[in-house]
Amino acid sequence: MMFFISWQEALNVAIKHMAMKQFINFVKKEFAHVLRDKKTLLILFGMPVMQILIFGFALTNEVKNSKIIVMDQAKDLASQQIISKIAASRYFDIENTVMNTVQMDAEFRKGKIRMALVFPAGFNEALLHQGKAQIQVIADASDPNTANTLSNYVSAIVQDYQSSVDNRVTVPYRIVPVLRMLYNPQLKGAPNFVPGVMALVLMLVCVMMTAISIVKEKETGTMEVLLVSPFQPILVILSKAVPYLLLSLVNVASILLLSVYVLDLPINGSILLLFAESTLFIITCLSIGILISIKTNSQQLAMLISLMGMFLPTVLFSGFMFPIENMPYPLQLISNLVPAKWFYMIIKSIMIKGLGFAAIWKETLILAGFTVVLLAVSLKSFKIRLA
Amino acid sequence: MENVVIKTDKLTKRFGDFIAANEITFEVKKGEIFGFLGANGAGKTTAMRMLCGLSMPSSGTATIAGFNVYKQTEDIKRNIGYMSQKFSLYEDLTVLENIRFFGGIYGLSNRELKSKGEELVEQLGLQKEAKKLVQALPLGWKQKLSFSVAVLHQPKIVFLDEPTGGVDPVTRRQFWDLIYEASAKGITIFVTTHYMDEAEYCDRLSIMVDGKIEALDSPANLKKQFKAASMDDVFYQLARGAKRSD
Amino acid sequence: MSNGYAIAVNQLRKTYGKEQFVAVDDVSFHVDKGEVFGLIGPDGAGKTSIFRVLTTLLLAEKGTASVEGYDVQKDYKQIRKIIGYMPGRFSLYPDLTVAENLNFFATVFGTTVEENYHLIADIYVQLEPFKDRRAGKLSGGMKQKLALCCALIHKPVVLFLDEPTTGVDPVSRKEFWEMLKRLKAQGITILVSTPYMDEAALCDRIALIQQGKILSIDTPENMVKQYPEQLYAIKADQTYELIKALRKYPEVLDCYAFGDYTHVSFKHVFEDDLLRRYLMSEGLSQIEIKPAVPTIEDYFIKLLKS
Repeated sequence: MMFFISWQEALNVAIKHMAMKQFINFVKKEFAHVLRDKKTLLILFGMPVMQILIFGFALTNEVKNSKIIVMDQAKDLASQQIISKIAASRYFDIENTVMNTVQMDAEFRKGKIRMALVFPAGFNEALLHQGKAQIQVIADASDPNTANTLSNYVSAIVQDYQSSVDNRVTVPYRIVPVLRMLYNPQLKGAPNFVPGVMALVLMLVCVMMTAISIVKEKETGTMEVLLVSPFQPILVILSKAVPYLLLSLVNVASILLLSVYVLDLPINGSILLLFAESTLFIITCLSIGILISIKTNSQQLAMLISLMGMFLPTVLFSGFMFPIENMPYPLQLISNLVPAKWFYMIIKSIMIKGLGFAAIWKETLILAGFTVVLLAVSLKSFKIRLA
Repeated sequence: MENVVIKTDKLTKRFGDFIAANEITFEVKKGEIFGFLGANGAGKTTAMRMLCGLSMPSSGTATIAGFNVYKQTEDIKRNIGYMSQKFSLYEDLTVLENIRFFGGIYGLSNRELKSKGEELVEQLGLQKEAKKLVQALPLGWKQKLSFSVAVLHQPKIVFLDEPTGGVDPVTRRQFWDLIYEASAKGITIFVTTHYMDEAEYCDRLSIMVDGKIEALDSPANLKKQFKAASMDDVFYQLARGAKRSD
Repeated sequence: MSNGYAIAVNQLRKTYGKEQFVAVDDVSFHVDKGEVFGLIGPDGAGKTSIFRVLTTLLLAEKGTASVEGYDVQKDYKQIRKIIGYMPGRFSLYPDLTVAENLNFFATVFGTTVEENYHLIADIYVQLEPFKDRRAGKLSGGMKQKLALCCALIHKPVVLFLDEPTTGVDPVSRKEFWEMLKRLKAQGITILVSTPYMDEAALCDRIALIQQGKILSIDTPENMVKQYPEQLYAIKADQTYELIKALRKYPEVLDCYAFGDYTHVSFKHVFEDDLLRRYLMSEGLSQIEIKPAVPTIEDYFIKLLKS
């Protein structure tokens, strides 16, 4: 009985085999396009490297070796210990110690210093006996970001000191960036960028390049010939997506390698999970790219839409450049519509916090939801005819 | 010699080992309609670019409207008009806006632009369409307008690169009427075409094969020389042996 | 719904955009099996729109169309299996080699180059020396040959060629038509469009088309026979002066340049002597007047002007 395969089944197998062969042939052709175009290749593989290096080294929010002054009116044990801790940090250079506010004002005016710390007289005394002491932190807020970052660093150092001494002691302010302190004890800035750069690169490669490569076929007229062929039209589109999926995974790998070996950042979570989530996000991006390519007829327009409509929101709303918590509520709501935001959260959780799937299933579900909707919309708007 | 507006002597353009235009030597007189024929890839475009001052020759000399192609390319550009099938006019500007824009490029004053614009619109019978976007015009009208714009600044020579491709037979003839008129006014016409009947309309023509000019004479003399019934035959005899193509 | 025709088009209408620009206006024609049918008309006449409707790439607003009995809307899948299409634009991958392009299109259509090599053999022989060259680096004539090979590789029943010879030099154009003749001999139905009137005579039947409307459908021979007036070919030493003089002559119905002659038709009976004397008085010499056989181009001009 087992040998009784009807001719129809045999035909079906043959057809499937043929379709598979066609599909593979298609993918091969797509690789030829990518590999023969030096400019595309350069963008494809140069961009991740460049972005990692730019974000990792040049564009960090970290403020190193900022000049500060200290006005220590206490000159007791606690103040000296904190000052030496601050002096030891690579974020601060104690430029000067001054004795009065007039001198301090003058230093600020000259623009030479970013911050001043004032320890009131009897600092240690107050700390020990009242359980409450104050340090005045005066920052040059003409550059608010830097001021913010620096005061965060100071509070972190003070908190560190506080926990190292007595439990009874509380420090008067709690502007402590808990997340950073917990998962990034050296206060390194780069870990936050790596997931962000990953989101950006994938967005660029999958959305823009896929859209452009499909629209290019429309422009050159080959799409007409392909549509007129018996080849399933939707396979035309999907086969264009496959190479970009593979290339994007290569990109993810190269970004991870760079961050481990060049930026010296360990991957704390499961690499497998990282790749699985990346694949999900890549499919989301490819769906967007396909959708754009269906709706546009010129490479320029496809590029413009990809850049303005996708790349910019990713930079603005994924949370890696600008903290979402600080945005007005309506913008926070909008940020929820940006798939890259969820991907960024997922990758951060896996890479930096080392969390497992249990901690990110919600975000994954949301991202998967986006993927399904986008894929459905793009497949639905795909036409078997021109225009 | 004043009467000669294009004069080339052994004009050559090499791209590496490839000789796109090989020792081209010819003269074109003032007001002449000169047909520049050749198979695809024979080197017509390369030669034309050198004559327009867009491409530096590798060797040889050429004088266009009295200016040297090596040194005086800006003077050449001021004294020639150019029209191709591919780029003609801005589709999203109106007829009048196109006239003003291209006239303005060649430094026509506002008063000249106004009077010439009106004159041109009237001459082409485009009064109703003057304020319409060019994209709304039929192709034949676009080509006629495009030609008129190319001669608006009264250049000494106008270069036409396949100006009538895809145009219907009536409009094609109207286009040639414009060419004849311009030629009667003393403007030299340098034209390429794939229509062999149009080759007959030229005063003289050259046929390029593999980068060289293989024939140069009036259509009647060429037919005699090649013992051919039509220009089509002349062209076929010459170009059939062509080895290369673009 | 087999109707016995390779292509049947019935009252087809296609408009574009909000302004309802009419590209195809109530067009009807049919093509017999094994016929070479030419759509002859200038750019913008609506040829490409008709091709796109027939190749199932566009839907018409009104009318019906079928290819080998299959409806272009309902049965698009069947049509796509049996037709070959060469769009007006360069439709190959410039970054793939000649051989890669051919292989790719063969697999897209579910076949191999070997299987139908006999169909393209004569054409491909000329391309063989360049088979490892990228298609983008080929000449216009070569590109066109490769595109034809790609459109033929799956042994189509009906071949659609949209302006295959536009921008191609006369020698390559001649060669191309030689190839079409051989394909016709193999029984392939061919619908071809062209703006070149001289190519019309090479078709079995032609439709003259202008501004979306078909002006006339017939065999080239019959069309030429329908030319209503006696046509004359006149030549003088100065062509443009001759045309200007003839236009002023009251008895002249129409006159236009035609190659090295001027083609002229007259309102009434034509008198050779009178005309000669008139032309000489206009300063013309070497006058030659002879009856001429009208061509498709003459007929088209006649239709366009009426």
